[in-house]
Amino acid sequence: MQRSLVVDPKKCTGCMQCEMACSLENEGFVVPSRSRIRVFAFHDEGRYAPFTCTQCSEAWCLHACPVNAITIDASTGAKVILDTVCVGCRVCTIACPFGTINYASNSGKVIKCDLCGGEPACAHACPTGAITYQDADQTGLDRMRRWAGESLSSATAQ
Amino acid sequence: MAWQKKILRVNLTEGTCTPEPLNMEWAAEYLGQRGLATKYYVEECDPQVDPLSPASKLIMATGPLTGTDASTGGRYSVITKGPLTGAIACSNSGGYFGAEMKFAGWDMIIFEGKADSPVYLFIENDEAELLSADEIWGKTTWDTEEWVHTRHQDPQIRVSSIGPAGENGVMYACIVNDLHRAAGRSGVGTVMGSKNLKAVAIRGTLGLNTIKDPARFMEATTAAKKVLVDNAVTGQGLPTYGTQVLMNVINEIGALWTRNHRDVQFEGAGKISGEAMHEPRATDGKPNLVTNAACFACTIACGRISQLDKNHFTVQNKPEYWGASGGLEYENAWSLGAATGTDDLEALTYANFLCNAYGMDPISFGTTLAAAMELNEIGALDDVDTGDDMVFGSAQALASLVESTCKSEGFGVELGLGSKRLCEKYGHPELSMSVKGQEFPAYDSRGIQGMGLAYATSNRGACHLRGYTVASEVLGIPVKTDPLATEGKAGLVKAFQDATAAFDSAGICIFTSFAWTLDDVAPQVDAACEGTWTLDSLAELGERVWNLERDFNLKAGLSGKDDTLPKRILTEPAKTGPAKGMVSKLGEMLPEYYQLRGWSEDGVPTDETRKRLGL
Repeated sequence: MQRSLVVDPKKCTGCMQCEMACSLENEGFVVPSRSRIRVFAFHDEGRYAPFTCTQCSEAWCLHACPVNAITIDASTGAKVILDTVCVGCRVCTIACPFGTINYASNSGKVIKCDLCGGEPACAHACPTGAITYQDADQTGLDRMRRWAGESLSSATAQ
Repeated sequence: MAWQKKILRVNLTEGTCTPEPLNMEWAAEYLGQRGLATKYYVEECDPQVDPLSPASKLIMATGPLTGTDASTGGRYSVITKGPLTGAIACSNSGGYFGAEMKFAGWDMIIFEGKADSPVYLFIENDEAELLSADEIWGKTTWDTEEWVHTRHQDPQIRVSSIGPAGENGVMYACIVNDLHRAAGRSGVGTVMGSKNLKAVAIRGTLGLNTIKDPARFMEATTAAKKVLVDNAVTGQGLPTYGTQVLMNVINEIGALWTRNHRDVQFEGAGKISGEAMHEPRATDGKPNLVTNAACFACTIACGRISQLDKNHFTVQNKPEYWGASGGLEYENAWSLGAATGTDDLEALTYANFLCNAYGMDPISFGTTLAAAMELNEIGALDDVDTGDDMVFGSAQALASLVESTCKSEGFGVELGLGSKRLCEKYGHPELSMSVKGQEFPAYDSRGIQGMGLAYATSNRGACHLRGYTVASEVLGIPVKTDPLATEGKAGLVKAFQDATAAFDSAGICIFTSFAWTLDDVAPQVDAACEGTWTLDSLAELGERVWNLERDFNLKAGLSGKDDTLPKRILTEPAKTGPAKGMVSKLGEMLPEYYQLRGWSEDGVPTDETRKRLGL
């Protein structure tokens, strides 16, 4: 069964533990500037939102890559960069509509979320459950349950 | 390790930025942040220095755990000599600025001298330069941050700045980072303003790659985070209500000083409490509180984000305050509210927004306004134009005077002096509710006896963050003690003071200590830093820092005679509540405290104590 990273921005407090965990996992030390997941603050609205690659089925980055450096991890469905093949041309960063694949000047390659091979560090580190790793085909289940509960209670009340 | 082992020395007079290695011998003795920066300050500055002169310095410092995934590992402190007190000042702030400094490769920044004209420091990793702040001098901290982002085309820059209050010499100006986090107390923003330093803007992309034992550090931080989750205060109370969880609690035990500390319970406490912030308003159906928020690396998330009712009289014509921003914490709600007798939650929130935007400590402001209200009431200000009807309980007066103080206009200039200087000026020094010139925070020491001793002996003047015995006396952390008793409080105060100095020197937030003891901190510091760090060595480190600060203060001209409280607290009994009839019995605790500290009867560390702590 494939899983997806699911973000519930309402639960995010802006603590950046996900960015630290991501960089620790992928770079070997805490360097949030190279985190594959980023947290955005919308100050005037009092809102925080983590954002990262959604692993598109027909991935723009994968199709744009001229050297086939982006492959699909069959077990997770993640689009994964092959560092040995990537030439750092950055065409994928232009192709991605969401901005979630980025160039890293320290390595000369691009970086993106690869779901940590099936155990995403960000979801593990999130202290509030704002980032979870769920059944890819059922990511709406919590909201369905909430709405089901609400409609049921109003129906009962009537 | 966990230190970057590098500091930046900025000479504002010469306009130079010079890197130098961190003194690792001192780091082994003073760890970081509060302890280590104080060591630098006392080694480099004459204790008698005028705090607002170019000869004084201002240090922004991180701790070794700043910029790590240890919970709350994002703190930084500002260390200098305080203009209100003439004592050592150390103000601690969260947000993201401290971690960014660390990620840019710096443990601390030492500012010396004074710039000819306004400047700001811009740091991009190992590059640092002073740039003209002519265009932003006079702007709020909010506008300053936006200007920096636009000017450098980088929204990821973290900014710490002063507002007009710091520029204009309000004696309790603060330094605001990330819009609503502040190195709030002791007038550190006033010092920054005196140096013509408007802001520090940092972008750090290097990260922190110096943890001694990463695997053991991960184990330690994970275990410590679980302790925070499982604790009722840090796991539930603080995320839900913030520090405002205390408003009703402290009122009930009769320790919520009210109307310049004449009363100990506030009839409007419920209206300005954490619970009230959750209630939908009658006017627009929305609650004051929008959400809770975390500082960098914090898994507690006690921060309050609030949004005002656009039709409230304070902001009807001020759309710049219609957005969500940093809301009321317990201290601010108390100082702007109970201390002035005002129960209008929206007006308090508005005043708090202004304090953030203009860079002013709401604790000292509220308490100074309360003193002015009492001066007014007894007729001491009859010949002065105070503008509005400055009486206890007036939300209009609060709103109008917070603005004039922020902008240094009219009577606001006088309020900007702080309560000690204001009350002296108008012939009633006894009405200043302060210790060593710094205004009290929100816990009456008639109803919480240990806090009286903590206030009197605090090295930066009256402060709740130097020895928070409220935890034990009210909340039962780590053990419950009787708030009305004095027995055992000398030892309790000392233990809290020393532990707090260790937390502050590590780079983590003191609020973790609702759940953590030094036993939880030690494994994290030990896995992160060179050397061996245990509960005992951290406690001793805290004691060393405390005595270093004390030693500086004595050399600066303070003495044991300054370890006292205002006459009101020592002689006027509490009128209501559980402490009814009681005064603060400081005299019963102070001699024992000196003894436990290894100080003489005059409050001077003995040679033996100095030797034991390596001073």
